[in-house]
Amino acid sequence: MGIQLKARRRRVGERVIEAVLAGAAGLSVLVTVGIVVSLFAPLGTFFAHVNPFEFLFGTEWTAAFGNKASWDDKKWGVLPLVAATFMTTLIALAVAVPLGLGTAMFLSEYASQRARKVLKPLLEVLAGVPTVVYGFIALTAVTPLLKPLFGIPELYNMLAPGIVMGFMIVPTVASLSEDAMSAVPSALRQGSYALGANRMKTTLRVVFPAALSGIMAAIVLGISRAIGETMIMAVAVGNLAQLTFDPRQPAQTMTAFIAQIASGDAPVGSPVYYSLFAVGALLFVITLVMNLVSIQLVRKFRQAY
Amino acid sequence: MATATVAVARPLAGGRRSDLRSIMFAGVLWACLAAACIFLFFVLAVIVQKGVERFDVNLVTRPPSTIRPQTAGVEPAIYGTLWVIGMTALIALPLGIGAAIYLEEYANPRRWYNRLIELNVQNLAAVPAIIYGILTLAFVVRGPISIGAVALAGAIALALLILPVIIITTREALRAVPAEIRSGSLALGATRWQTTWKLVLPSAVPGIATGSILALSRAIGEAAPLILVGATTFITFLPDGPMSRYTVLPVQIYNLVPQDRDAFRDLAYAAILLLIVILLAMNALAIWLRNRYQRRW
Amino acid sequence: MSPVERVSVTTSQPEQYGRVSAPELHLEVRQLDMPSLAAESVMTARDLSVYYGDFLAVHDVDLQFGNREITALIGPSGCGKSTVLRCLNRMNDLIVGARVDGSVSYHGVDIYGPDVDVIEVRRRIGMVFQKPNPFPKSIYDNVAYGPRVTGMKVANMDDTVEHALRSAALWDEVKDKLRQNAYGLSGGQQQRLCIARAIATQPEVILMDEPCSSLDPIATAKIEDLMHTLASEFTIIIVTHNMQQAARVSQRTAFFTAEADEQGNRIGKLIEFDDTAKIFSNPAKRATEDYISGRFG
Repeated sequence: MGIQLKARRRRVGERVIEAVLAGAAGLSVLVTVGIVVSLFAPLGTFFAHVNPFEFLFGTEWTAAFGNKASWDDKKWGVLPLVAATFMTTLIALAVAVPLGLGTAMFLSEYASQRARKVLKPLLEVLAGVPTVVYGFIALTAVTPLLKPLFGIPELYNMLAPGIVMGFMIVPTVASLSEDAMSAVPSALRQGSYALGANRMKTTLRVVFPAALSGIMAAIVLGISRAIGETMIMAVAVGNLAQLTFDPRQPAQTMTAFIAQIASGDAPVGSPVYYSLFAVGALLFVITLVMNLVSIQLVRKFRQAY
Repeated sequence: MATATVAVARPLAGGRRSDLRSIMFAGVLWACLAAACIFLFFVLAVIVQKGVERFDVNLVTRPPSTIRPQTAGVEPAIYGTLWVIGMTALIALPLGIGAAIYLEEYANPRRWYNRLIELNVQNLAAVPAIIYGILTLAFVVRGPISIGAVALAGAIALALLILPVIIITTREALRAVPAEIRSGSLALGATRWQTTWKLVLPSAVPGIATGSILALSRAIGEAAPLILVGATTFITFLPDGPMSRYTVLPVQIYNLVPQDRDAFRDLAYAAILLLIVILLAMNALAIWLRNRYQRRW
Repeated sequence: MSPVERVSVTTSQPEQYGRVSAPELHLEVRQLDMPSLAAESVMTARDLSVYYGDFLAVHDVDLQFGNREITALIGPSGCGKSTVLRCLNRMNDLIVGARVDGSVSYHGVDIYGPDVDVIEVRRRIGMVFQKPNPFPKSIYDNVAYGPRVTGMKVANMDDTVEHALRSAALWDEVKDKLRQNAYGLSGGQQQRLCIARAIATQPEVILMDEPCSSLDPIATAKIEDLMHTLASEFTIIIVTHNMQQAARVSQRTAFFTAEADEQGNRIGKLIEFDDTAKIFSNPAKRATEDYISGRFG
């Protein structure tokens, strides 16, 4: 009585399905490859005409001006764009880190379960408002408010959009930080209370250090978000690529430059068209580094508990 | 993830001052949360106050106009948004859910290529939106596929943008289904796919639906990638197909920004209000779905 | 037919409290008649070893399971009983990094052979788990699931479902609510539903992994009675922590324990495998006797 245990033909269907699903997953790798190729392939042409040293360290950027076909009548120093990105990010962090951490501590250590159920979604709404709307608000509602306070000369500046972007990032920082703090075992808190510490001391001296890598991950993610933000910058910062560290001045971030060129009529193959990819590649590299650091930090804090 | 609800231990020494500082600390924390909420309400208040004036029938039935902005509308942008988001969903949902099923049900996590895919998805979720625009510009609008600045290109850009988010939220929904269900099914002689299709997916649908709606609502508000792929044309006709030139609400709003006349500002705010209303409705739908259908195992 | 008709077990309390002393086990064995002992062998395991990655979980197991016998696998926690059980229907395949050395034969065919369809294996060798794991479906659909997914040709599904539920002693309790969700049943009923579910695919062997450990004593007794009935139709292999249960229901018993190797790792080993009566009244190995009399475990 030999029992036949041979595979039936039906299993071929299983293999096909698994292959299709694996293909969908592999597509994500293809996307990354596509991003890298689309950003870095044009660089060959770009750096054939522009000195990489001048690109990375030059302080004047006049890519959008002059003769559309000429490489030589322009200045290709990317630092004004980088400086504007840096400044707006800094201002955003000045808002987002204190408010985000404070919110996270409140939600994690002080708020009741019911309060959290209401407040967390509310915060998510803050992150869900379209960024073009934030840009508009920054330009038309916030700048007029700040003008008399800070003596802002013109409509476009870095301060108002920076602050608005900061609020936009608060949920990102708060959410991940709160995850990290909630993951700290209550045994640690109990131990602290048992020694006679009050809630403030426990939060600051026990929970915060224990959740530190998660909190750092949250901040790094917030930085990445700020660096990559386009619409707020394109609408409210202005399109004047100048190297300045005065937040009351207009400027142009890397992302806003890319948006400006794309929405203009730069002919394919013109120098300014290539510069779009060069700035994009720089942007990608910076955010990639930030993201990888953040992912590593998240792994560290997830492993710890 | 339990919140510590332990009573504050009364310190035996340093009484008053420590209490006061502790209370002030709690107050500071509360103020942080309050500041964020106040800002949100400020934004919503501005939008409602300035947008309600032009929130009328013309808004959704008339095209934009430079000559008579007082009665202009954003109808083409609404049509464009519907077309683009519809196609985005058709592209991103099957791909994202399929990839999530593979990663969660089939992939051996010890294999290096599967871990690479996971890391890749996590990274893509944090890549700036504008980069997806550059990618689509290079390969779809121009490059090998070259279909031009049409609605399908916009849909592809947005689909690639939200794909990682859909993969991540779908995986979480799949993970919530207990392992015993799978074991029971496989022990009866079901294949992986039968188990997934007949048991795991049906149970995970509420979570998947919620995550997908939230991802699509994010896509609706995106402007940067679409600017990159050519959705900036000031159009007065209604987009009518995948290969049509188009604009979407966020981009239309962006176009209205440089216009200095008050009438354009009012129109822009009304369009913003419309966009916010749509988004709040979608988010509310997602949250309702989650609360109503979420299974507690 | 089982040579041992009834085994009754009594335990007496230790005479002195405060001293570590084990309750004594008295066995009364009434043997009715002794037909030829060698029941036809349905499954055998030879030189079976299981690795989880680099960790050796259980080592060199030799077992034989006879047609329509009940075999109990007993021993302290962590000595590989469940691991061995899971090898018998290749459920260990699902654990990432699990590797099996040696062979497991079903009617002479090595189930780990290259041409073997694991789905077929699992259809013929069913499994009931420690915690009842009904599907989020109706009672009817739970039982019908196995036949449906394995493509069994069934003349009348209603009859198949009824027969399975009767065999699991559950029919009378659920016959009026077959369309209701299985989660509405009590723990004991759910476990009997899982048994019915396993029976519905008409297996030859049923594996049970501590099926009563999450049930109350009354539900446990019902299932133990059920096992005697089932043994007239199926070969049953049961892992149990409960020695008395093993003595009550099984004809053959295998005793496992964990031994430390040079590095101090604990590896499961089969110590003794014999008729239940012999194991419990006159075990050959010292370790077995220590476990039976409660000196450890």
